[in-house]
Amino acid sequence: MQINDFVRTMQNPGGARRISRSMNIDLILLVLLFALCTFGLAVLYSAGGQDLSYVKRQLTFMTVGFALMLIVAQISVRSLERWAFVIYGLGLVSLFAVLIFGVGAKGAQRWLDLGFTRLQPAELMKVCLPLMISAYLSKRFIPPNFKHVCWSIVMILVPTLLIVRQPDLGTAILVFMSGFLVLFLAGLGKRYIAGSGLIAIAAIPVMWLFVLRDYQKQRILTLLSPEDDTLGSGWNIIQSKTAIGSGGFEGKGWTEGTQSQLSFLPESHTDFIIAVLAEEFGLIGVLALCTLYLLVIGRSLVIATNAQSQFGRLLAGSLASIFFVYIFVNMGMVSGILPVVGAPLPMISYGGTAILTLFIGFGMLMAISREPKQMRTQF
Amino acid sequence: MNEEAFSDPARERQIFVGRVLLASLLMLAFTAILIARYFDLQINQHQDFVTQSDNNRVHMRPNPPARGVIYDRNGEMLADNQSVSNLTIIRERSNDLEKLIENIGTLVPLSESDVTRFYKRLKRRRPFEQTPIKFNLSEEEQAILAVNEHRLDGVKVSARLSRFYPKRDLFAHVVGYVGRINEREISLIDPIQYSGTDSIGKVGLEKFYENSLLGSVGSEHVETNARGRVMRVLNKVDPDSGSDLVLHVDSNLQQIAFDAFAGERGALVAMDVKTGGVLAMVSAPSYDANLFVSGISQKNYSELLNSADNPMFNRAIQGQYPPGSTVKPLFGLIALDNKTVSPSTRIEDPGFFFMEGIERPWRDHNSERGGHGKGVDLAKAIIESCDVFFYKMGIKTGINILSSNSSAFGLGAKTGIDLPGEATGIMPSRTWKKESRNASWFNGDTINMSIGQGFMLSTPLQLAVMTARIASKGKIIEPRLVKSVGGIDLVPAKTKQIKEIDPKYWDYIHDSMKGVVHSVRGTATSINRGLTYTMAGKTGTAQVVSISADEDYDKSKLNKRQWDHALFIAFAPFDDPQIAVGLIVENGEHGSSTAAPIARSVIDAYLQTNSKISSIPNDALKGLNVYANQ
Repeated sequence: MQINDFVRTMQNPGGARRISRSMNIDLILLVLLFALCTFGLAVLYSAGGQDLSYVKRQLTFMTVGFALMLIVAQISVRSLERWAFVIYGLGLVSLFAVLIFGVGAKGAQRWLDLGFTRLQPAELMKVCLPLMISAYLSKRFIPPNFKHVCWSIVMILVPTLLIVRQPDLGTAILVFMSGFLVLFLAGLGKRYIAGSGLIAIAAIPVMWLFVLRDYQKQRILTLLSPEDDTLGSGWNIIQSKTAIGSGGFEGKGWTEGTQSQLSFLPESHTDFIIAVLAEEFGLIGVLALCTLYLLVIGRSLVIATNAQSQFGRLLAGSLASIFFVYIFVNMGMVSGILPVVGAPLPMISYGGTAILTLFIGFGMLMAISREPKQMRTQF
Repeated sequence: MNEEAFSDPARERQIFVGRVLLASLLMLAFTAILIARYFDLQINQHQDFVTQSDNNRVHMRPNPPARGVIYDRNGEMLADNQSVSNLTIIRERSNDLEKLIENIGTLVPLSESDVTRFYKRLKRRRPFEQTPIKFNLSEEEQAILAVNEHRLDGVKVSARLSRFYPKRDLFAHVVGYVGRINEREISLIDPIQYSGTDSIGKVGLEKFYENSLLGSVGSEHVETNARGRVMRVLNKVDPDSGSDLVLHVDSNLQQIAFDAFAGERGALVAMDVKTGGVLAMVSAPSYDANLFVSGISQKNYSELLNSADNPMFNRAIQGQYPPGSTVKPLFGLIALDNKTVSPSTRIEDPGFFFMEGIERPWRDHNSERGGHGKGVDLAKAIIESCDVFFYKMGIKTGINILSSNSSAFGLGAKTGIDLPGEATGIMPSRTWKKESRNASWFNGDTINMSIGQGFMLSTPLQLAVMTARIASKGKIIEPRLVKSVGGIDLVPAKTKQIKEIDPKYWDYIHDSMKGVVHSVRGTATSINRGLTYTMAGKTGTAQVVSISADEDYDKSKLNKRQWDHALFIAFAPFDDPQIAVGLIVENGEHGSSTAAPIARSVIDAYLQTNSKISSIPNDALKGLNVYANQ
């Protein structure tokens, strides 16, 4: 039927709307993503020291990601649901593989070397986990009962703890959140939410004593008072706040940011790229970016609520919500209201696996947006 | 699977939509928090962060001035600035400092003190500042470092100006040297003027004229990146170089004087009688001033410090010696002026002098036993250096007159020369003895003083000043080393006259001093052979150990360090004095045999090149004419 649609479109070309419909593409989301990518490349050009090499590679990632998105968009939602357990299993295997064969830098093993490219399995887990939990919960009671919540938590904690072992606390938290958000959207009882909140608070001293490494503790201390160590770990956050603050309302102008151009800003093309944007485009730029993000999220939530299956709803809803969490964690950490963890700014920060993961997620969203009416019998 | 059978899609969707709405509200709330945060940073705290951002990138870099160069009167360079290469480390750019220093040590020699001093400097540096670890790299060392640069992160060879003294030890006591600014000096100097400068004048002219030589610091505002690399210069204020100094000193004359000491310890000061300009100032032995410029090694320093010859001691202005008989012309003049003796006063000298109530006689040191005999007048007493005449004259004139009149000739007070650390010497008086020894003045003290012994002490510079004032017949000549600063001549204050003294007394004293050199019985007659001009002088001998009256001075019984000091003062040419000299040879025994020849060679050299009176023999001129006529 899809192929027939496609053939019909080719025979009778009738506007972008029809082509996109036949290709399972959500046009609004596509335009918004295109705008985000363009903005991101412009900022990256400046952040990378006006060197085109970063832009070229990022553009390659985006092109590949775009293609992946189109491919994933063609997969039927039922297949996604059916293959969720296998995909999740592969994800877990790759996380184990990282711990054993992984390569990395600065005392953390995060990458799998595939020969032609390096893969960060933890990033991929950001879509594998919501896929799994959505598939699991959609077949069961909504809202989930105690038993299902427990199993879900187990499925969430296994990859989370594997990622903590790497160690990559930032990604671990985001992966945990991506799974937890499915539970939340599935109608997790208020008692559970309150309970998990209490557990989280109780976990803080345990984490501090047994889980967190010294450098991670240092980052949290640095958040509390960056001025204690202006040349050491406080440097990053002081420099990023200076970049953001000195940008003012209108910004210093594209490629004119002194903090980023003179290398005072660390990691300016990856995790701290929002500081470059804020310095050069000012508060206007920040507001524009937030608007774009909210539109993407809004559109995703519309897709989620319009989804035909419970699985589609949960997956789309969690992908939209986790996208917001990425944004909040990154922008919060760079502006000094959250501790510094490794969390890129979606669609803007330089980084291959993150871009690919995001596009795969949007591919799933598009697949869900064109999900055919369920033929399920109702009574 | 059977659970699915009970599901209610409508209710499921309702629950989901409810949760999406809740999530949307939460997202909007969190977005508001983010925007509030960015608004706070970018609008409320904007100005603070602009300042902070500018502080990050804009740095004031001092542009140190070149230190003034020091020349002698003929334009010969005595202190110069040379570009030297120092090895520096930027701490922030090296990951493992200890390993880096170890690596450097395998390439160029690094002493332990280099490393400890480096760590000390490291504590005071600013971020990304180059901290020196080794100074004055040789060309070979620079080449080795350049080849290995790639494996030495944060290491830089930087060029800067460093002081160099081309005459090495010849002017160490005059010019002095610069050295690294120490902790004590840091609290005294203007930190702005010295930013970018790490040395300061420590002794000599370098210290005395520090403010003129330093110049004034310039600055540049530069934009730097986070690694401290300068991206561009925003604005620039050029430094004003320090003023050059031109000295009265003639380095040829200085060399001749220095060589004339030929290994003896001592000091000499030669002055221009017309201007007070110091023509030569020697303190022997000396040391190489360059040793101190970039920090002297402990070994070299203790060698200098522990040497029995004390080479770092500037004898010319700090050495205080009994002037001995060199004060006789001055005391004679004072006595004539105060009418306590007259040109016709004659005494008999039996070779000793008894004073009432004191058993021990005062010996006449300058005669064989038996004394100078009958009919000794003041002239003879000066020419032959008769002590007994001066004993009697001293008692008659009295301490008060001798003391108060001597000060005007430069004794017992700093001469005010443009050098730091000058000693005052001692011109004893009743009050001086009361204050310093809490004792009354005795006639015996006057007797000792009247031949320049006892309590009396003077520096070689004071002797030269005294001689110049006698030579100029009472003009208050003030000694100066520096002739001009930054091209502007230092015009000496108009010279005043000491006091009105009868010209015939001046002539009498001058003639007596001429007799010392030129008459048959003069004590310095040995140096007049071949003189083409007339010289006036006076020998002196200063006791190092006191010899009791009934004992003879027998040098064979004494260690050389206990031999008498030999002194000599002189001026020339007699009719129109141009140069005055005062000098001492430590343990040189007799002014006539060791000190006087040094004075002669200095005066010879000076008059040959500078005298307006031609000393070229007529024969030579004739030869020239013949040549010209051909």
